[in-house]
Amino acid sequence: MAECLLKAVDIYKSFVGVQALKNVSFEIHPGEIHCLAGENGSGKSTLIKIISGVYSPDSGYMEFGGKNYEKITPIDAIQSGIQVIYQDFSIFPNLTVMENLAFNSELADRRKFVNWKRMRQIATEAIAKINFEVDLDALVGSLTVAEKQMIAISRALMFNTKLIIMDEPTTSLTKREVGNLFNIILKLKERGIAILFVSHKLNEVFEISEQFTILRSGELVATGNTSDLDSNKFSYYMTGREFQKKTFIPQHVSEEPIFQAKGIGMQGAFQDVSFDLRKGEIIGITGLLDSGRTELALSMFGIRPIDVGTFLVNGKEVKLSNPQVAMGNKIGYVPEDRLSEGLFLTQSIADNIVISEIDSLANKIGVLDHMSRSAEIERWVKELAIGTPNPDNACQTLSGGNQQRVVLAKWLALNLDILILNGPTVGVDIGSKHDIHEILQKLAEKGLALLIISDDLPEVLENCSRILVMKSGRIVADLDAAQTDEKTILSYMM
Amino acid sequence: MKNTMKPLARFEKMYASDRHLWRLIIMIITWMIFIAITRFSKFYTVLNFQTMASQFPEFGLMSLGVMLCMITGGIDLSVVGVANFTSILMAFLLLNLTNAAGGLPGYAIPLVFALGILVGAAAGIFNGILVSKFHIPPILATMGSGELFTGLCLALTKGNAVSKFSRDYSHTINNKIASIVPVQLVIFVIMALIIWFLLSRTVFGTKLYMLGTSATAAKFSGLKNDRLLIKTYMMSGICAALGGLIMLANYNSARADYGTVYTLQCVLIVVLGGVNPIGGKGKISGVVLSIILLRMLETGFNRFPSISSYYISLIWGGVLIIVMVMNYFTENSTRFVKRQMQKQ
Repeated sequence: MAECLLKAVDIYKSFVGVQALKNVSFEIHPGEIHCLAGENGSGKSTLIKIISGVYSPDSGYMEFGGKNYEKITPIDAIQSGIQVIYQDFSIFPNLTVMENLAFNSELADRRKFVNWKRMRQIATEAIAKINFEVDLDALVGSLTVAEKQMIAISRALMFNTKLIIMDEPTTSLTKREVGNLFNIILKLKERGIAILFVSHKLNEVFEISEQFTILRSGELVATGNTSDLDSNKFSYYMTGREFQKKTFIPQHVSEEPIFQAKGIGMQGAFQDVSFDLRKGEIIGITGLLDSGRTELALSMFGIRPIDVGTFLVNGKEVKLSNPQVAMGNKIGYVPEDRLSEGLFLTQSIADNIVISEIDSLANKIGVLDHMSRSAEIERWVKELAIGTPNPDNACQTLSGGNQQRVVLAKWLALNLDILILNGPTVGVDIGSKHDIHEILQKLAEKGLALLIISDDLPEVLENCSRILVMKSGRIVADLDAAQTDEKTILSYMM
Repeated sequence: MKNTMKPLARFEKMYASDRHLWRLIIMIITWMIFIAITRFSKFYTVLNFQTMASQFPEFGLMSLGVMLCMITGGIDLSVVGVANFTSILMAFLLLNLTNAAGGLPGYAIPLVFALGILVGAAAGIFNGILVSKFHIPPILATMGSGELFTGLCLALTKGNAVSKFSRDYSHTINNKIASIVPVQLVIFVIMALIIWFLLSRTVFGTKLYMLGTSATAAKFSGLKNDRLLIKTYMMSGICAALGGLIMLANYNSARADYGTVYTLQCVLIVVLGGVNPIGGKGKISGVVLSIILLRMLETGFNRFPSISSYYISLIWGGVLIIVMVMNYFTENSTRFVKRQMQKQ
């Protein structure tokens, strides 16, 4: 590997007294798939932004295509062949696919009039490069996340691109779509295009990348061949902590089920689903994104009521028609999308913790008792170790892991019997993920009944004693976690 | 922290804690100083302050309602319609109650207020149902219902003013408690205190801010969004009805087109008072200050005979835009400072 496509040498960067990057050097070669990993706040995004010219480094320099740059501007970066695909793809949802694809080149050519024929031709060529098929006249806003991503990739390839940086590209993709994306990445590699793939997911790093670079707190902790890496080393590099994987074995499981679903179904989502949940155990439900798992979760919290079948709580039939009824039956729900469903981001951490139990912190006419409110807030910040200097700060100041603790605190404060968690550690870094799993296991030991809905198979295997696999709206397998593995589960899922 | 901070630094900290509020206070003081220098004798009289205090509750009360709706991320454009609808119905009631001697029975005024509040509440609930159950965007729902109420007013009165009821009503409301404090002001202060208490001390207030921040998260947290919205619009209806009852007293008559300029004024006041039109943010203190500021500006300008009252809209629009531009600069100046710090 003589020739370097990109070389970053001794990069330093700090923001308002925080050292975001410290002495980071790494190289990317043509046609290489390079994975950049690190926890939230480790400096991944800063490094990408320096490479693409959004930020300029405090010291250090970059070499791109044999030229030295102390500082690169976004235009230099694009002209040198660097393209970044951000998580939001930077596309226009209210324009058509064709307009999105042709817009840049139209602008670059300084055309004043729209030539629809030309635009169609440009767009057709662009998607043909990755054999992607889509209706050019469809509005981009109506496409799936995966399709939007393909459009972003096609658009990136319209320039003389040598390096594509993808910022956590798999975050909201289904397993199948991830597979698709990886195929395209491999094809790009064949054409000599290098990919810098940003991720914190272990399995992805192993599956796709040849080289890796791991950052922790702004410092480069390891870089090299992915084949030299294993999962223990990976976790250690990422967090600086050693984890022992322990599978949770429930100790005190109640005889009688506390929650039962009997032949429940929802039109167009799932049919004939039955299961029992006992106090003290954690059940996992897994399946692909379109398997009906999310609808099932929502039905148990009364957000989308079922059409047929019955729910039983403590052996009594209940009609879960809205969240208040579910909460009245001591059911809580940690939603899939923390940012929009779980939290009030601009409001204080304190209010986010107490909002669901707030009626019990007030007198009969609804006047808040400030003493018991702050006592409650203090209790949960301490109990779940929510990392904040001041609970009056806005919730958006917290990291993903801490935000998820706030959502947990909100439900635990209600003294529930049953907690349904939909993707409890999505977007949470490894360290916090481990802590959250520990919290969940402790809750089960205290007698809570937990139901985890997740497509993160290691998570389900580690925490749940039983795993139900869903496919096309039906439960296709009921597995004992101790006697199964990822491959078996996957075979049922697909 | 010890008290060694320099006074200037302490002020800066106070200012930074709530820029919006302090800016309004500074604007009011500046204007008062300007008037003191130029038109002292014509502005600083007890009578002038009493007049202002009896006028601003009309639109002040309506603004309080708009504020509540805006905190939930909505708006209430029907306040003037509701106010006129209430005042016309109550004017008819007063006409019926007026006896041959031109007086009113003792129970008349409490009855008018009780029924007026009920009418306002009902109108508000109607708005609330449109917004929550039928998911009509608040701006359209309340614009429509506002037109509906105005239309009802026109149908009831054929466009004429309803007057000739006993002057007792107007006299009572225009009274001054201890010959100093206008009754209108007392009504406004009571309502403002109730809303302040609701927003800052009760569960309802907390839920309102949360709902305004994210209706989805509120639903997933088990809040009864529909009921909260209906309550909010009901409160707004009550505020508007009280505003209408004060208009009825101040003009001693009711008509379908009284106070039509108030709709937009209320929105201006609430935004000027620092309520976020997207929802989730806003304090009553800011809204009250902005009501006072606008009233003082208008009355102050009236003391300059050379400035025609036709310019008032121009001035108000100007003030709103200046405040918005100032907001932009303060926000960007903090961003600018941060950038500077980053560079160091």
